[in-house]
Amino acid sequence: MITDQDVRYVAALSRIHLREEEVDRLRKNLEDILRYIEKLNQLDVSAVEPTNHVLPLKNVLRPDDARPSLTQEEALSIAVEKSQGAFKVPKVIE
Amino acid sequence: MIFETVIGLEVHLQLRTNTKIFCGCANQFGESPNTRTCPVCLGLPGSLPVFNAKALEYALKTGLALNCEINPQFKFDRKNYFYPDLTKAYQISQFDQPVCRQGELIIPGDGGAAKKIRINRAHLEEDAGKLIHDDARNCSLADYNRAGTPLLEIVTEPDLRSSQEAYEYLRILKLTLSYLDVSDCDMEKGSLRCDANVSIRAPGDAKLGTKTELKNMNSFKAVKAAIDYEVNRQRAVILGGQRVVQETRLWDENKAMTFSMRSKEEAHDYRYFPEPDLPLVTVPEEVVEEMRQTLPELPQAKMERFTQTYGISVYDAGVLAQDRLTAGFFEQCAALYPEAKKICNWLNGDVLKEMNERKITVAASTLQPEDLVDLIRKIEEGAVSQLKAKDVLKIMLDSGKNCSAIIAEQGWGQVSNDEELLKIAQQALADNPATVAQIREGKLSAIGFLVGQAMQKSGGKANPKKIKELIEKNLQAGADGKPF
Ligand SMILES: [Zn+2]
Repeated sequence: MITDQDVRYVAALSRIHLREEEVDRLRKNLEDILRYIEKLNQLDVSAVEPTNHVLPLKNVLRPDDARPSLTQEEALSIAVEKSQGAFKVPKVIE
Repeated sequence: MIFETVIGLEVHLQLRTNTKIFCGCANQFGESPNTRTCPVCLGLPGSLPVFNAKALEYALKTGLALNCEINPQFKFDRKNYFYPDLTKAYQISQFDQPVCRQGELIIPGDGGAAKKIRINRAHLEEDAGKLIHDDARNCSLADYNRAGTPLLEIVTEPDLRSSQEAYEYLRILKLTLSYLDVSDCDMEKGSLRCDANVSIRAPGDAKLGTKTELKNMNSFKAVKAAIDYEVNRQRAVILGGQRVVQETRLWDENKAMTFSMRSKEEAHDYRYFPEPDLPLVTVPEEVVEEMRQTLPELPQAKMERFTQTYGISVYDAGVLAQDRLTAGFFEQCAALYPEAKKICNWLNGDVLKEMNERKITVAASTLQPEDLVDLIRKIEEGAVSQLKAKDVLKIMLDSGKNCSAIIAEQGWGQVSNDEELLKIAQQALADNPATVAQIREGKLSAIGFLVGQAMQKSGGKANPKKIKELIEKNLQAGADGKPF
């Protein structure tokens, strides 16, 4: 069972701000999803290889050769705010 | 009440690859901020990470050196958290399939005997960017040059029982890693970072006590001091009838105390899931074996071989093995000159001392194995005194000149000329009549004093063996040259 508390917690982890009326709807959505997962869990998959990746790829590696990086101007062109060559962000204390 | 200390260490090791772990940006330090970034390490939409083969090689080498099992197949996972040192709001790490598992490192334990410290796992991940907090402007400045630097996180089992054992573990780990040449291992520069999980319990308790995680130590000594402080703090908490709270605590070097970080509970709910942008990696047994063959001789094995092959002491072998290149230098010398003990005395004595004063290593200096062997031979031939040879070494290191040239230039050639030596010996006898009288009365040990006086007179240049002979001869003949 998903509680309103769970919904608020998951939203907080994902930095999603919910309006009060959204909590109840999302709680029901999440419960539906979990019920579906529960159904999948009933299948016997003991003989099935786990899908680690959607593509049948393995060992995609690259040689350790340097490539040009962006310039500081290019990198900072996407910054909302910048200062002294750095991205300026609101102070966050962990 | 006596408590038992239980410690586990997590070491984050920056791997010294040319490029970052998932993009081609140069893995370099000391550059202007945000000049080593690209769409991948800035986490721009549409960019895709590609795993650096060298980072895998270094991880495998390290794992094998730590006697780990190599996971034949592994994946990467996303560790989700919001903090501006990450551009993507997740860190690519490894959760349940680390590249290396179940290793061990042998350290000198508290009892003096060798002790096996089990390694739980070593996993690959990307480093985060660097934040500088600006309190005055209430903002943080983010530099992502470091974001994406390959890290290997090496996690021990809670097998360490004191701060000293933790220190020894770090020392032996760093020594082992220095042989592999996979990292700078410099705590001050942050290329090796160490967090400590510390708890205490009553001896014999099977259950571990509540642990705290210590962070922010920037030297091995700080790790030791932080653990000592924390153990005492936990003792006081328990003896005061309270419970230790599981939390992260930061070491404050200036105050020499740990402080609670008071982070929010939810900060540790990382919601790991498999990284969809990176496919599986398999490491076939042949690749592991091939890698094992490329491993250099590790410190412990080298020490044992040195004591057996060259007949030097365990202590001497240990000092030589502290630096792989010095050990190599020793072997090059030993190939040129048969008396390994003499080479060892010079290398671990005056050479090491002069190198430390110059803050360089043997490998980085101009000194060649031939130079040192030459010098030792010159002493043996009596061409220079042991004492003056130390000064020759200094000039050799500073000028790069060979020892024959230095001895000639400085006029330090040892005086072996009999006529000159005889004068010096007779002068020593004439200057010290009281000592001469004592010797004639039977106090033979005072001869050494006369030899010392004669050596001093000669400015250290006299051949001490010959001087001693001459003094003894002249004592028999009488100080004035006449027989008794
Ligand atoms: Zn990049």
